[in-house]
Amino acid sequence: MELEMKYQKTKGLTDNPLSYCPGCTHGIIHKLVAESLEELGVLDHTVGIASVGCSVFSYQFFNADMEQAAHGRACAVATGVKRIHPDNVVFTYQGDGDLASIGIAETIHAANRGENITVIFVNNAIYGMTGGQMAPTSLIGQKTTTSQSGRNVLQHGNPIKISEMFQHIDGVAYLERVSVFNPKQVRNAKKAIKKAFQYQIEKKGFTMVEILSTCPVNWGKTPVDALKWVEESMVPVFPLQLFKDSGVSHE
Amino acid sequence: MAKVLMKGNEAIALAAVKGGCDAFFGYPITPQNEVPEYLSKYMNEHGKVFVQAESEVAAINMVYGAAGAGARVLTSSSSPGIALKQEGITYIAGAQLPCVICSVMRGGPGLGSIQPSQGDYNQATRGGGNGDYHVICFAPETIQETIDTMKEAFDIADYYRNPVMILVDGLIGQMMESVDFDRPVKHRFLPPKDWAATGTKNHPGKRNVINSLYLEPKELEAHNNMLAKKYALVTQNETRYEMINMEDPDYVIVAYGTMSRVARSTIEILKEKKLNVGIIRPISLWPFPKIAFDEIGKNCKGLLVTEMSMGQMIQDVQISNRGRLPIAFYGRSGGIVPEPEELAEAVMNFEKWRVE
Ligand SMILES: Cc1ncc(C[n+]2csc(CCOP(=O)(O)OP(=O)(O)O)c2C)c(N)n1
Ligand code: SF4
Ligand SMILES: [Mg+2]
Repeated sequence: MELEMKYQKTKGLTDNPLSYCPGCTHGIIHKLVAESLEELGVLDHTVGIASVGCSVFSYQFFNADMEQAAHGRACAVATGVKRIHPDNVVFTYQGDGDLASIGIAETIHAANRGENITVIFVNNAIYGMTGGQMAPTSLIGQKTTTSQSGRNVLQHGNPIKISEMFQHIDGVAYLERVSVFNPKQVRNAKKAIKKAFQYQIEKKGFTMVEILSTCPVNWGKTPVDALKWVEESMVPVFPLQLFKDSGVSHE
Repeated sequence: MAKVLMKGNEAIALAAVKGGCDAFFGYPITPQNEVPEYLSKYMNEHGKVFVQAESEVAAINMVYGAAGAGARVLTSSSSPGIALKQEGITYIAGAQLPCVICSVMRGGPGLGSIQPSQGDYNQATRGGGNGDYHVICFAPETIQETIDTMKEAFDIADYYRNPVMILVDGLIGQMMESVDFDRPVKHRFLPPKDWAATGTKNHPGKRNVINSLYLEPKELEAHNNMLAKKYALVTQNETRYEMINMEDPDYVIVAYGTMSRVARSTIEILKEKKLNVGIIRPISLWPFPKIAFDEIGKNCKGLLVTEMSMGQMIQDVQISNRGRLPIAFYGRSGGIVPEPEELAEAVMNFEKWRVE
């Protein structure tokens, strides 16, 4: 009997070893993005934009042409690429510091222009890369290196809810918040990511998938406890939800 | 095309198109608004890219993206806007991307004024971005020269894979002159942009990455050494200046842009007073034409640097002069353009304005 290949590493990733810490879900999200691009058959005309954060080296990992952007500017860089090559698939891969803090203007306006790009927004409620400082998405009471007795509302306001804000922007064609804390959620996340790219291919407009992700190292948790913390602490603040689906409403 | 009467900023826009500009990204600011206004219409009518960005920060990063994707890209701004673009400019230089940046200077510091100025010499030649990089910077003195330089700028940017800045003051941007868009410009042999991020199907077997990050110390040093070599080549090939009335002058005025035009009138005034004054007109501000200062005749009694600022280019003149001649400085700021007579007075009272 001949052996049949049932599962193998996606062609959407290079052979470079990932730089993420053990138990970090950045790696899972990479896999989902790469598989989606491969399955949609668009890898050879994709340009990805790496941001500044732990995923800064994603230009070494995605098996496509890549541009590395300045901190927060990924959506502006993506706009530049997409306007030159409207038939290329263009995506950004950004953390919460990159997207929700320093780069919020670039992100909002790309969305408002209905820029036909896909934003992979990895929300881990912390600045992973720089050693665990407070992010705009850090939870109330969350201890970080710059909120050592826990984030408090008076000093820093509440965690910013990007998807809740972006659902009101007309240029957004698809917006969903997902997570990867268990296999079912991973499957949901994959569906959302693939759909976002599919909509981009159909030129529907701006698509974004917010993915609740872990940072076991800077949260001071084991990988398993980190997954639990996403489910038990992050999801109540950032509910998993389909915020906008222009495809459905148009049908 | 015959000669046409055209405003500086509009001429900049049309010249960029003639130079092969594929895309424009910018944010409104006086006194350069006619550049995006003109292009918003032209680019749309000709199937090219025009985006009014949400800020100069976004605009320069759109430039990064589009240049990285292989396009010929222009952005235009003025002083506070160029300040915001500095982060993007160092990334563009670091990633070795070509682009053209038009800077129409207004008064500073801070919000300053919207009147013409040359207060951004340091901003253009030193830059505010981080790291060891240079922007090739040309400062034309007429609208015609601005057109000719702009038409060549995309070639120069592509050739060296480096940002090129066209630096003018608000006066050149706002005034009208009779100009010719069909004057021949030098074209260079340009290899295909096989490094651009356009999708791997356009360059099978190879993944193109646009990047300025090198975490390995040796890799970054090698990158910087390579850039330094490129900048040396630029200095060798692209240094530009004009020597005006430089046969055995009594004094030399050093001036660029609008101020060199004022100086041209000044030397006529001084001829009547039996004073023979020459002009060194730097055209490339980076690389600065140091060698021009080696050609000054023996009877020259001093260099008068004049700028529409408190004195910025003067530092490059001091470096180029190497202590040989006395230097004086005469400048006006706030949007005031010195009159030729004022400048003549300054030459005649050289000691009064002497700085070293
Ligand atoms: C202009 C600028 N400011 C600050 C930094 C430092 N910096 C690098 S990554 C980062 C935060 C990244 O956090 P996030 O986007 O949440 O990504 P994560 O590492 O958590 O995946 C910061 C502040 C920088 N590189 N550039
Ligand atoms: S620091 Fe946190 S986010 Fe970054 S790779 Fe490590 S675990 Fe992941
Ligand atoms: Mg983060």
